[in-house]
Amino acid sequence: MKCQRCDKQVAFHITDLTGESASEVHLCPSCAKEYLKNDQDPTEDQSSVVSFISKQLQIGQTAEELAELDQRVCPVCGISFFEFRKIGRLGCPNDYTYFNKELEPLILNIHGETKHNGKVPKHSPIGTEVQTQLIRLRREMNDAAEKEDYERASKIRDKIRRLENGAES
Amino acid sequence: MIIDDLAKQIGQWLRGDGPESDIVISSRIRLARNIAEFPFIRRCNDIDRANIESMVGRKIKEIQSLAGTGYFNVAQLSSVDRQFLVERQLISRELANADGARAVVIDPHEHFSVMVNEEDHLRIQVMKSGLNLEAAWEQVDSLDDTLDQKLCYAFHPQYGYLTACPTNVGTGMRVSVMLHLPALVLTGQIDKVFRSLQKINLAVRGLYGEGSQAMGDFYQISNQITLGKSELELIKQVSDVIPVLISYERKARDFLLEENRTDLQDQVDKALDTLQHSVQISSEETMYLLSKVRMGINMELVKTIEIPTINKLFIHTQPAHLQKLRGSEMDTAQRNVARADYLRSQLKGSLGKSFPN
Repeated sequence: MKCQRCDKQVAFHITDLTGESASEVHLCPSCAKEYLKNDQDPTEDQSSVVSFISKQLQIGQTAEELAELDQRVCPVCGISFFEFRKIGRLGCPNDYTYFNKELEPLILNIHGETKHNGKVPKHSPIGTEVQTQLIRLRREMNDAAEKEDYERASKIRDKIRRLENGAES
Repeated sequence: MIIDDLAKQIGQWLRGDGPESDIVISSRIRLARNIAEFPFIRRCNDIDRANIESMVGRKIKEIQSLAGTGYFNVAQLSSVDRQFLVERQLISRELANADGARAVVIDPHEHFSVMVNEEDHLRIQVMKSGLNLEAAWEQVDSLDDTLDQKLCYAFHPQYGYLTACPTNVGTGMRVSVMLHLPALVLTGQIDKVFRSLQKINLAVRGLYGEGSQAMGDFYQISNQITLGKSELELIKQVSDVIPVLISYERKARDFLLEENRTDLQDQVDKALDTLQHSVQISSEETMYLLSKVRMGINMELVKTIEIPTINKLFIHTQPAHLQKLRGSEMDTAQRNVARADYLRSQLKGSLGKSFPN
């Protein structure tokens, strides 16, 4: 992992609890020294992933391409690339597939590898499609309920129940 | 099982036994897991979180091998209890301070805990006293298999176990070993050691993980990378470096003894004296002084106190622990007095044995 402020290796993971919410920085020894000396700059509350992403996007994308990319929304969980870029956390398992083109170089940058080489769940998944569908349906149900379209919401709920029962057996 | 039961015992990870326990405090491994049919926590609404929590709670009750564990709704705990679990390292600060439905499963012996609805749906962690990563892995691996039978994990053929943050993807595993390195700090070599650790992709954190400064000269060494290597390879990466750090710390201790025995004895004695005779004392100062005394015991400069006593004091003098032990809520000033009282009583007790009067 590289320092958020320069290209050296990260040595310190600092969580600042003095502001309204906790923030994390990941720094090399010299930047960490500087950071701790100067107290925290309130604008510097990005997590390491956020800075990784911004660094990487500076290299690869033009402004138009980036604006377009930001608009992309995962059809399953509804997270936009812009939102991921801001908070550094993904919205659902499907994001790894949907944003794969953008994530793969990021993952390579973080881990130096892109392929899992460890244990695999023994309990075979029922097929991730069902689960992905469940995430999407729950979101659609909430949207419908928010729009007070209760008929649609209850239809979706029934569908969720059927899938869950199939999935649970 | 209730939280007050834990207050009476000492956390497994601070028991002070196990291999190399004069320097290695504890070994821990955590796995991040998500349930495939729910969005990651950040995209969960209150209902999703409640559903995850109740589903996990229900499944855990069905698991025979987990009978006897405590299941706590963190949202329903008092703030002192939440802080108590953080001090105990059974939950993270993040889980303690989050909103919405969240829970923790706690082994009564404190060998493991499972956090529900932290940054990922599940954070399974196992801790062992001393240097004992193999045993920690065996246990966390089997705990993971047990939960895997009941839940469907989010897993990707290429990326492995999927996590909310891409920095944890793959194995979802963080291996960490907590070390007490007072002599490396005193001799000013600690920065050099850390620089060499980052070169091999290892991270260094303080006692309470990310964010805590190195209180009491405790440092956690952990893997940075989670993808591309097997769990055993990642464990090896950390465990290979520990004997090297232990030998550095021992060399630094020998050096201090040779160069400046009088000075060192003086520092240690004054630290112990302050702990034994204060009327009020802050948590930070306590940690600082206890660290000196702990080093003194291991270097045979203090012979009247044993390591488990000091290890216990490190945790029992933390704010929430003090309040649990006293059975009442206290503000900072009251805690500083109570802490000094407690230290006086505990350290006199141990002294009494060797100095009958």
